[in-house]
Amino acid sequence: MSIDLSSCKKDFPIFERKVRGGNSLIYLDSGATSQKPNSVIEAESNFYRTVNAAVHRGAHLLAEEASEAYESAREKVAAFIGARSNEVIFSKSATESLNIIAYSFGNPDSRINIKAGDQIVVTEMEHHANLIPWQQLAKRTGAELRWLSVTADGRIDLTNLDQVITKKTKIVAITHQSNVLGSILPVETIVKASRAVGALVVLDACQSAPHFALDVKKLDIDFLAFSGHKTLGPTGIGVLWGKFDLLEKLEPSLFGGSMVDSVTMESATWAATPRKFEAGVPNMAQAVGLSAAIDYLNHIGMHNIAQHEQDLTSYLLKGIVGISGVKVIGPVDMKDRGGVVSFTVEGVHPHDVGQVLDQYGIAVRTGHHCAWPLMRKLNLVGTTRASLYLYNSKSDVDSLLESIEKVKSYFKVSK
Amino acid sequence: MELDSLYQEVILDHYRSPHHKGLSANKDIQVHHNNPSCGDEVTLNLSMKGGVVTDLTWDGVGCSISMASTSVMSDLLVGKGYKDAMNILDNFVELMQSKGQSVGDESILEDAVAFAGVSKFPARIKCALLGWMAFKDASSQVMQ
Repeated sequence: MSIDLSSCKKDFPIFERKVRGGNSLIYLDSGATSQKPNSVIEAESNFYRTVNAAVHRGAHLLAEEASEAYESAREKVAAFIGARSNEVIFSKSATESLNIIAYSFGNPDSRINIKAGDQIVVTEMEHHANLIPWQQLAKRTGAELRWLSVTADGRIDLTNLDQVITKKTKIVAITHQSNVLGSILPVETIVKASRAVGALVVLDACQSAPHFALDVKKLDIDFLAFSGHKTLGPTGIGVLWGKFDLLEKLEPSLFGGSMVDSVTMESATWAATPRKFEAGVPNMAQAVGLSAAIDYLNHIGMHNIAQHEQDLTSYLLKGIVGISGVKVIGPVDMKDRGGVVSFTVEGVHPHDVGQVLDQYGIAVRTGHHCAWPLMRKLNLVGTTRASLYLYNSKSDVDSLLESIEKVKSYFKVSK
Repeated sequence: MELDSLYQEVILDHYRSPHHKGLSANKDIQVHHNNPSCGDEVTLNLSMKGGVVTDLTWDGVGCSISMASTSVMSDLLVGKGYKDAMNILDNFVELMQSKGQSVGDESILEDAVAFAGVSKFPARIKCALLGWMAFKDASSQVMQ
């Protein structure tokens, strides 16, 4: 049964404006960043209007209320992913979250750490944010970076899983859903292979947490990262979740105020987890904004959002495969795939495709999508990517499909 | 349509049939430039004699704007002295930064004035400049 979310769009003020050509905005770039509902914009600005003070310090009422709002946001995020609140760390972005753990694992003082000869496993379809921090960790420690390959149809090749993940593997860092191909990875299979050799699993949930319900315990993973701004929340807020006993064994990677227990001129000891990972005054208003975003998502229901996106993606795929000269890069069936659809138009560069779509008010992403190694593997210079969210509708998809035809005629691509 | 000011016919023609594309066997220098944000790449071979551009060939992958701009530039700069070439380049850069306020000096830029519309699309300026910056890099190395 299809879900009607058409009443949501009015909650997002950006859709009131006009864009290029005097057109209404058709926003198909939520994989890059989502739009924000009024409730989030208000929560963030109300924090500044009514309770603004540095959290966890100060003896005054505002500091108490700010701390309360910030810690409530932590509890909200924890419940959203099935975690305990003392396992949730706020960062500035998912990129920072992944860097924090990569740095912490590289610290020899951490009671679990990466050493020369250890192996770190990623996949060939990682976003740069879940690739380069591990490349650098391997470089710093003398560990070996290995990866699972991508198949021609945009899935992870599991045929050599037991050769890639070995007894030397300490960390397996994978994306939950590809930001380019839309494919959802077989997390269960990869977790099982990792558990068998005692490796820890890090999940990049940037493209999944905003779009369908997830539970870190059911996934049986060890660390998870996602960004606030792709989840209807503000920019400048990211989440890092880790199992409490593992976080306890890791040294922090950012140092300064807030994260200490005791300090002398010679040394310092750390505050309790999770605060030892949050150096400096945090992005408080943004955490509160993210909390409002989660309220909004919960109000609509993650299950409904997922169903809506599945319906729209299926509708988009059905339409786009019928356009001659257009090739979908990624799975064309709905099995284990989300609402991210990359495609190429024969004879027209992705940047030019995006430019013509923009003329009709359609916002898409073009290029390599911060997944350059994947583009190289697929022998592509880039793709055009449409990514869907709860505020999109069938009419948005229709406009996209019609405008792809206009791209072809503008560039005189026959067929 | 606003789009037509960007995609002038001259640009689309050069995109479909680029000039000086295909790297020469001989060169004084080869440079490779890319746009990390969009993945466009240009490799440029340059030969100069007595401060004059005697041969300029290139290869690359990219959008219509970056490829056509490199093609138009090659036509324009072969046979020019270094100082002349730099003057043309400076003129082109100025045109790109004009935010749609300039039509370009046709006596200096010839077909490259077709790119005037690009200056109204900030995201595309770096596309138009890719080949030119490669040339600037290559020629200044040869002249050193």
